[in-house]
Amino acid sequence: MNVIKQAPEIMYKNNQFCAGCGHGITYRLIQEAVEELGYKDNHITVLGVGCSCNLNTLTKGDKFQCAHGRAAAVATGMKHTKKDTLIFTYQGDGDAGVIGIAETLNAAYRNEKITVITVNNSNFGMTGGQMSWTTLPEQITTTTPLGRDCAQKGYPFHLPEMIASQFTHVAYVARGAVNDSKNIRQLKKMIKNGLEAQVKEEGYSLIEVLAPCPTNWNLSPLQSLEWLEENMLKEYPIGEFKKRGV
Amino acid sequence: MAKELMKGNVAAAEAAIRAGMDFFAGYPITPSTEVLEHLALRMPQENREMIQGENEIASMNMVIGAAACGARAMTASSGPGISLKAEAFSYAARSELPYVCLNVQRWGVGLGRLDSGQSDYMRETKGGGHGDYHHIVYSPSTIQELVDDIYEAWDVSEKYRCGVVVLSEGFLGQMMESVEIPPYKKREKPLGWGIDGSGKIGTRQSPDTDTLVARLRERTALIQSQMQRYENYQVEDAEYVFVAFGLPARVCRDAVDTLRAKGEKAGLIRPRLVWPYPVQAFKEVNPQVKGFISIESNDLGQMVEDVALASRVTSDKRVPVYCYAHSMGTPGVKMVMGKYMEVKNGSMKEVF
Repeated sequence: MNVIKQAPEIMYKNNQFCAGCGHGITYRLIQEAVEELGYKDNHITVLGVGCSCNLNTLTKGDKFQCAHGRAAAVATGMKHTKKDTLIFTYQGDGDAGVIGIAETLNAAYRNEKITVITVNNSNFGMTGGQMSWTTLPEQITTTTPLGRDCAQKGYPFHLPEMIASQFTHVAYVARGAVNDSKNIRQLKKMIKNGLEAQVKEEGYSLIEVLAPCPTNWNLSPLQSLEWLEENMLKEYPIGEFKKRGV
Repeated sequence: MAKELMKGNVAAAEAAIRAGMDFFAGYPITPSTEVLEHLALRMPQENREMIQGENEIASMNMVIGAAACGARAMTASSGPGISLKAEAFSYAARSELPYVCLNVQRWGVGLGRLDSGQSDYMRETKGGGHGDYHHIVYSPSTIQELVDDIYEAWDVSEKYRCGVVVLSEGFLGQMMESVEIPPYKKREKPLGWGIDGSGKIGTRQSPDTDTLVARLRERTALIQSQMQRYENYQVEDAEYVFVAFGLPARVCRDAVDTLRAKGEKAGLIRPRLVWPYPVQAFKEVNPQVKGFISIESNDLGQMVEDVALASRVTSDKRVPVYCYAHSMGTPGVKMVMGKYMEVKNGSMKEVF
């Protein structure tokens, strides 16, 4: 049989994510980018707490399990120790943008030469679908059972825009999505850009990934892609907020 | 080597550099801040890494990252700041990471006050974060001991793959003494582990929880047997024995000398490590001893519980255990002697 494309060597064959989840595609793209940049044997995945914990059994490469929200700080300590190693965090939106907002923003503030990759599925997936700062207005979660009342509970949180607008010295900030092949291809470029910015010592990079969560959205995988397109893409525009070398 | 007159915090920071510290992260807090300040100048001079973190949580997590990659990493703080590090201590224990944490203790709960104290005995010796783990806890009484403890700390931490706390005190950090700073050294043997990006070495953590638990139990027992460190002073014939660490121990030693000159049979147990607790020291005490008196710079008495437990090995019958908790600062010799007389004449009530 002709092999058209091989899964990256550093990936195990199976992942443990729900059917239709966006994590699997995202991590595959990261691993491809790591291999293509020549860092297959010289990278560390710094893991947040949440569905990202599943990567503990998904990658054969070096990985480290952090406390909830602290991945950017751990990655900082690692990068100062292993300056020639590619070091990126892999976190959910709750991990990087809610409990870990201080670590994420302060690493960006100091322009640490690390890459933060955060998957935004608008809820706390691992714990069963609670409100996140990224939860959309009126969205039903287990802690917004009547729909999110933003006047009471805050408005959707735009982490990439915040970093790109306030910390203009960082190297690269973007948001992509895994809803269709065009966006997946674009996301791959974003991830590669972010990692390359680190390798070339340009500074901090962050990529947010919009991903479906069929289980907690109570939708089928196909319906959840439609929901992402109709709702999340409107609230969270994809694109590059800080381009490299600008 | 010539001795220098140095401030405790500065000497501690310099000792860490001499011990081969590769990475330091911390956040300012009185009375430990001079450690951070000294290292801000000295670490770049030595071509080593130093970060002023956004808080103690991040600083300790940076230490975790550096330690996981094989660096000799350290953080320093005081009571309230160390509370913030507790989460990361537990995670470091889960990954069996070696590191050093210097606690320049201040007095009190909450914000406390800037006065010297020994308020953190319980937290540092019993764990502090969630789950089962211990730090190895040094309890220096002089700046020279503070320096020597930090100089040894990573060797011990790496040997047992267990975090080390050096329990300093506000006064010890702020005062100056004549001290000999040791020469530069490096780790003697390679660690044999440490995340390097290759995916092949890692932290060599236990692959499953059963192994992890077995290793934890084995290691804890080993540390308890191999790290019994104490200084006993005139305990063989003592009627009453003070038990004190850190600065109060220096006061108690003077009190023992003065009491002995007056014909009182006083003695002193001075733990050099407060975890593992030096139970062995209590075996050397006169079995006819009439009481142990724990002298502490906190409000409720914290070490006194360990004194009561350890006192069981001194004699077949129960030995009364007393406590003088001095609250903030360090008690004076006269104060301690007064407490001895209160115990002797029956006016102080025993705790255990």
